[in-house]
Amino acid sequence: MTSQAQPLAQSSQRVPGSRALLLPGLILCCALLILGVVWSITLGAATISPQVVFQALFHYDAGNFDHIIIQTVRLPRVLAGVIVGAALAVAGAIMQGLTRNPLADSGILGINSGAAFAVVLAVFLLGNPPLSVYALAALIGAAAAAALVYFLGSMGKGGATPLKLTLAGVILTAFISSFTTAILITSQQTLDQIRFWTAGSLSGRDMALLTQTAPYMIVGLLAALLISRQITTLSLGDDVAKGLGQNTVWIRAIAALIVVLLAGGAVALAGPIAFVGLIIPHVVRFIVGVDYRWVIPYSAVAGAILVTVADVGARVVLRPQELPVGVIMALIGAPFFIALARWKVKR
Amino acid sequence: MALKSPWITARVGQRLSYRMDRRVPLIAVVILLFALGTLITSVSYGEYNIPPLEVVRTILNVNQDSPDYANERLVIDSFRLPRIVLAFLVGAALATSGALMQGITRNPLADPYLLGVSGGAALVAVALIVVLKSVPVGLLPFATFAGALVTAGAIYLFAWRNGSSTPIRLILIGIAVESLVGAGTTVMLLFGNIIDVQQAYIWLTGSVYASTWAQVYALGGWLIVLLPLALLLARPLNALNLGDDPAKGLGLRVERQRGLLLIVSVALAAAAVAVAGTIGFVGLVAPHIARRLVGPAHEGLIPVSALLGGALVMLADLIGRVAIAPSELPVGVVTAMIGAPYFLWLLYRSRNR
Repeated sequence: MTSQAQPLAQSSQRVPGSRALLLPGLILCCALLILGVVWSITLGAATISPQVVFQALFHYDAGNFDHIIIQTVRLPRVLAGVIVGAALAVAGAIMQGLTRNPLADSGILGINSGAAFAVVLAVFLLGNPPLSVYALAALIGAAAAAALVYFLGSMGKGGATPLKLTLAGVILTAFISSFTTAILITSQQTLDQIRFWTAGSLSGRDMALLTQTAPYMIVGLLAALLISRQITTLSLGDDVAKGLGQNTVWIRAIAALIVVLLAGGAVALAGPIAFVGLIIPHVVRFIVGVDYRWVIPYSAVAGAILVTVADVGARVVLRPQELPVGVIMALIGAPFFIALARWKVKR
Repeated sequence: MALKSPWITARVGQRLSYRMDRRVPLIAVVILLFALGTLITSVSYGEYNIPPLEVVRTILNVNQDSPDYANERLVIDSFRLPRIVLAFLVGAALATSGALMQGITRNPLADPYLLGVSGGAALVAVALIVVLKSVPVGLLPFATFAGALVTAGAIYLFAWRNGSSTPIRLILIGIAVESLVGAGTTVMLLFGNIIDVQQAYIWLTGSVYASTWAQVYALGGWLIVLLPLALLLARPLNALNLGDDPAKGLGLRVERQRGLLLIVSVALAAAAVAVAGTIGFVGLVAPHIARRLVGPAHEGLIPVSALLGGALVMLADLIGRVAIAPSELPVGVVTAMIGAPYFLWLLYRSRNR
């Protein structure tokens, strides 16, 4: 048993109230999510009543101005928030389970910045690439960054400790971001095309970008559900998993691929957003326990709710100014990280 | 034959003595020569090229008959020299700050940038610039000092648990605080007008672009007070490095000395941020190289770190100007490109510890 694994195990020892309540609870969360989505759609420069929202969704009238706004502007934005939130939260849950590191998050570990750099580089090299390139570049960047951080963070005695992984992630982020900045400074044209995107924001996302990136994330989410049982076993430690006859190398590889699909897809759509993947799995494990067959679906729904609500906050707090949702997440997430580092990192 | 002592001691009067490693003066001279070479190269390079020899002659005022003298004087005095001198001072301040911080926390990875202190200073500076539009150059360091002090205090407080603040918690919490103040800075920028904001972005990545002599004097004033203070505190810092209990045994008032050291270190970082924005990794890399050159005793480590930090930032600024000419990279980008791999290498090298 390595020292860094202890805190995570402790946090997860809590016995869930009752297994019979897990399914109704999940349905309740889904209902909350739908409420949040409708609420988010009603808010904006002009408030639209929930009735009109439902009409626009189910009885679309191309002549109605409100319906057009909903279908072309607000719906893509809120859907982007839902899928990005779900993807980032599940990616965080898998990473925390896999590395047994309570501080794992695709933003903190530098995976988001790798994806972001790859997108900026693609736009810089190709000029005006088709939207499908955004997603592909982001996936490659995420994969490279994930591999590098894991290599650097798990060297030596004690394997991947929270400190080493976090440091490797933060430093890699600083390193990669300096190249991103260099490109954006050199190329005015790249800056113009990409500015809307680098801050980690849901503003101005349209259906075209959504349909290019969502499939990766949906595949990732489904695959995560499929291997959730194996992740539970792995989260108990390599020795236990091997003892139970699991092929840990393959499961790790597949899980890493899923993280790349989820985080890369999310960055391609919304730019780098940190801390969703950190907060949600902790809250979820506190409520439903350590069984990843429940942790993963709950994380997906709860992540979607968090980003949807944070985006509403981003639009409402400083009206008419709009905050990037990434900023809101940092304002919520950093104190959460401090609390974790304070209470969960023993040494 | 008696062995040569590895130390040399300088005495002023009866009470004040300064003992350092024998290698220090020689290494300091070598670094200074390197810095001078970089300075001359950097002054000579640019849109309006001035041959190195001409640079020296102009600075020394010995070529007043030359037909280009007036032009060269103008270019050197008002554009290039203030920037390059400022780069040196900023590097010296950051490196000293980093050396002190590494000593105080007994943590070789401490760095004002990584610990969020620079970020706290930047937040206050951006807030002031956005709210007041124009801030007197001399005032800005005081404001960033306040911001950095509050940030450092908060990090120390959050990391404090069960009567101690472990290096690991300090670093992790520093990282979190850094992203918190970063988010705060982004919020501030939303209120600024777009031209200020673009300027602020360059400044936030750390740049000595368009520096003035006023900035040089503003930072220089702080350094004249703080650097000697840092040297005076070198000996208590050595004792602190042995651990709290041995230091107490040596008759040191541990908390008081630590507090004083922390304030000096934070003030140095804050003054650097006030004139040049957040430049990362200098405070980490320079003390590390210095330690390899002159060993861990702070009497030698601090001055060598300062010189080395100054030379490094000057060199990074030159690289930033040359690399993608005619446009230029902010010096903070260059230091991250060089410093981050160095840091990762440190992580790699410490793998078996």
